[in-house]
Amino acid sequence: MSNGKSIIVDTSRCTGCRGCQVACKQWNGLPASPTTQTGTYQNPPDFNGCTYKVVRFADGRGADGKPYWYFVSDMCRHCVEPPCLAGSSVEGGMIHDEATGAVVYTARSKDDDFETAQSVCPYNVPRKNEETGVMVKCTMCIDRISNGMVPACVQSCPTGAMVFGDRDEILAEVQRRVAELKKTHPKAQAVDADSVRVIFIVTDDPERYHTHLKA
Amino acid sequence: MTNHWIDIQHSDCILIQGSNAAENHPISFKWVMRAKDKGATVIHVDPRFTRTSARCSLYAPLRSGTDIAFLGGMINYIIENDKFFKDYVVNYTNAPLLVDEGFGFKDGLFSGFDPKKRKYDKTTWAYQKNADGTFKRDKSLKDRHCVFQLLKKHYSRYDMKTVSAVTGTPVEDLKKVYEAFSATGRPDKAGTIMYALGQTHHTVAVQNIRCFGIIQLLLGNIGVCGGGINALRGEPNVQGSTDHALLSYNLPGYLPAPRVGHGSFEKYLKTVARTTGEPDSLNWQSNYNKYAVSLMRAFFPDAPKETGYGFDWLPKLDDGQDASVLPLFDEMYKGTIKGFSCFGQNPACSIPNSNKVRAALQKLEWMVHFNIFDNETASFWKQPGVDPRKVGTEVFLLPAAAAVEKEGSQANSGRWMQWKYAAAKAPGDCLSAGDVIYRIQMKLKELYKKEGGVFPEPVLGVFTDMVDGKGRYDAEKVARLINGVFTRDVTINNVAYKKGECVPGFALLQADGSTACGNWICSGSFTRDGQNLMKRRGKKDPTGLGLYPEWSYSWPANRRVIYNRASVDPHGKPWNPKRALVEWKDGKWVGDVVDGAPPPLAEKGGKLPFIMRPEGVGCLFGPGLADGPFPEHYEPVESPFEKHPFSRQRNTPLLRLYESDKDVYASASAKFPLVMTTYSCTEHWCTGALTRWQSWLSEAQPGAYVELSEELARERGLKNGDKIRVVSARGSVEAVAMVTPRITPFQCGDKKVHLVGMTFNYGWMTPGGDSANLLTPTCGDSNSMTPEYKAFMVNIEKIA
Ligand code: SF4
Ligand code: SF4
Ligand code: SF4
Repeated sequence: MSNGKSIIVDTSRCTGCRGCQVACKQWNGLPASPTTQTGTYQNPPDFNGCTYKVVRFADGRGADGKPYWYFVSDMCRHCVEPPCLAGSSVEGGMIHDEATGAVVYTARSKDDDFETAQSVCPYNVPRKNEETGVMVKCTMCIDRISNGMVPACVQSCPTGAMVFGDRDEILAEVQRRVAELKKTHPKAQAVDADSVRVIFIVTDDPERYHTHLKA
Repeated sequence: MTNHWIDIQHSDCILIQGSNAAENHPISFKWVMRAKDKGATVIHVDPRFTRTSARCSLYAPLRSGTDIAFLGGMINYIIENDKFFKDYVVNYTNAPLLVDEGFGFKDGLFSGFDPKKRKYDKTTWAYQKNADGTFKRDKSLKDRHCVFQLLKKHYSRYDMKTVSAVTGTPVEDLKKVYEAFSATGRPDKAGTIMYALGQTHHTVAVQNIRCFGIIQLLLGNIGVCGGGINALRGEPNVQGSTDHALLSYNLPGYLPAPRVGHGSFEKYLKTVARTTGEPDSLNWQSNYNKYAVSLMRAFFPDAPKETGYGFDWLPKLDDGQDASVLPLFDEMYKGTIKGFSCFGQNPACSIPNSNKVRAALQKLEWMVHFNIFDNETASFWKQPGVDPRKVGTEVFLLPAAAAVEKEGSQANSGRWMQWKYAAAKAPGDCLSAGDVIYRIQMKLKELYKKEGGVFPEPVLGVFTDMVDGKGRYDAEKVARLINGVFTRDVTINNVAYKKGECVPGFALLQADGSTACGNWICSGSFTRDGQNLMKRRGKKDPTGLGLYPEWSYSWPANRRVIYNRASVDPHGKPWNPKRALVEWKDGKWVGDVVDGAPPPLAEKGGKLPFIMRPEGVGCLFGPGLADGPFPEHYEPVESPFEKHPFSRQRNTPLLRLYESDKDVYASASAKFPLVMTTYSCTEHWCTGALTRWQSWLSEAQPGAYVELSEELARERGLKNGDKIRVVSARGSVEAVAMVTPRITPFQCGDKKVHLVGMTFNYGWMTPGGDSANLLTPTCGDSNSMTPEYKAFMVNIEKIA
């Protein structure tokens, strides 16, 4: 098989506009979850049964005393060897698509053990649809990418923070970007690039962005 | 925009000031990031560290309402450190022109101020002239009356220490920004400025923008690729609606609105068609009489010449009358306005001092509200605290078609008039604004015909040829008239044009009544045989600079960068050959559509580059404004300071305050010690009247929040997420405290100033809270009347 597909989420280009978050809901026909203002831009606060894509916001002050504000457009990493797949005990509850590498829950996952599914994921991604009991998460827009389109979230991104393509090309682009960023940001890195298909590029320690950014 | 969106990528330094571009114009950052990739320095100057600042190379905080101090400091820095582009300044600006010896500036006031009338007599704000009427100049820039020396003297007072004490920006940040931006004052560098409502929502709005004009002229950044002053206009077609005279002081194409003092049409035409004493100036405004006559011919196709082609039928403003939104609602509150047609707006949330606006609406006899959703204005009669039985207003709510359900042109910020088609049919009885206006017009005509009236001519005479065979509004038909048509067979320069043909450009518009044109700047958007160029989607890019001349139509004349004559030296060679917009080559212009056909200045028959100015040059000294030829710092109407170090003139001298019981102002008051600023977020649009109903957007931004610093939270014992009440002298609103390191207290001299900020995206109809405009003051700019939404004083208290 080819090396499948990959996505870059380059936080150094992200403006936190949340076009991706809304596009994901729109393409997947997902309803809004009830939210309230609690003193943050980050809403919904986390993934949930009807939210596969969340832009996380983290602010603080750097060593120089100047403010920073980091944005991460979070989603399933579509791990190269998905731990969730290994942790799944229901026949046909998950698909690991050969052509693209997308990892997708099926309707049968409602009979799977959710606690296990969630605990094996190093990035705390899987959620359960409260109504159907089916496990849910980002599908890499398998219905789009199998038909020659890019994922809905990537399509909506105005700044080039998200890029979709063949894994080999994406890996080369990730290397190029990180090398370039390192000139100004010594901590620049691609997070877990070898083991995931959705590769986050950061310019600071990953934990400053989000607890589960790195495995 | 002087330039256009795609052009931002060519900039070497981008100054974003008074705009949260990444948040409110997300697509702009596609081009900003491309510039950054190529090594551009991106600077954000703003009271808050925002989504924009997060992507910039440099961030400098600034106390809201002190942009002139900040930018005045930059002007001083550029002059003192010799960073200006000398050839450009000497040849293409009014720097060498001598100003009347009586001109002066003292303690915050320019010469000619009449304190009783609060108005300037501008006699001394004039250029010195030679006996033959030409301007006196000193190209060495040494004469103490020349504009350059006056400018230098004026801004010598804006040293970094004084600036920092006013703006609260640390001196080292000022220095970094000044250095980085003034490095573009060279022929091979270009710097651009992006701004939005953060500059215009002030009582010194126009002078804020004037600072940009001065800086960009000094640095030779106007007219060049990657340069310019770029006002970011967005989704509501602000560019298009302004072009078509949304504002009360304009007619379409930025012709001045008629006033009583203009008297006859002849006198109006003489005022608008300006003359010049400068022989090298093309002075395009000398053509304004043709545009005004053609406009009347479009408004009133059959009006007799003796009525000034219908000019006598137009309503006139009183001399000195301000007919903008602030006096409008003031008059409504006084009860002098009986009826109100409100099209696609939500003033109960969007106009300052909403309590006053909401009370004013209750004094109406009738209101027609035209919108796609119900909103706080349409339903003012059932707002909290109001008993509907006690409201006498009759309210009509007309269902509107949404933008995507209508065909027509939409002008983007870069002046591209792009044709779009209806994506869906409007539901039910919803109609386009064109259809509604047409029906009202026809009904009025019918009634006036039947019953007569005091003054029926304008109603009976106004054009109605705007529908198709089935009586439906036809946007393309109107667009043709806006472009201009010949009203009779004529021959111009040996070419014969037939009645009914489209005028293929504004250069052919006539003052003799033979052309009708709804907006001269759009003339040329149709070819002579009626092809609609706004529909073009050609992707050729002959210059390689992303001008795409065959994509839609860019007013004026399909020119992609205005003032582009200034991008070449007096011989027509590009200042920067690597980014050549236009060039004079073998006796003709190549590249973008050049700003005026004549050769460059130094060639035979050559003309100066700034063709829209009678002087022919860019104005460092701007005598046209009401409140001064140079921008000067004044405090916002409400600010923490009783005085400031630049002068004893605390507020802008022409300021008008309002006197109703609801118009209370509180400055330098212990009761309201916090500076407040208001803004919008990505997820909502304006008052949220359209977006609050959209569940994915409300999910992302569910309710009102107040951003405040960690230091202020500590002083007030507040935690992130606490419910608080924000109170101003006029009203109060509840919201959630968002305690953030992205806001830092300002050290203004020896005083620490706290700033809080809030979006104006909410209203009482939906759960998220009410409008921030319950807090804002009724006061506006002396030239444009834009309200001061961005800087006023409040206090906050925790809700137990
Ligand atoms: S990120 Fe979690 S859910 Fe996604 S593929 Fe990896 S283990 Fe599975
Ligand atoms: S790839 Fe598709 S499903 Fe996954 S986050 Fe993007 S839009 Fe949502
Ligand atoms: S659309 Fe792109 S820029 Fe916007 S939040 Fe998502 S990743 Fe960031």
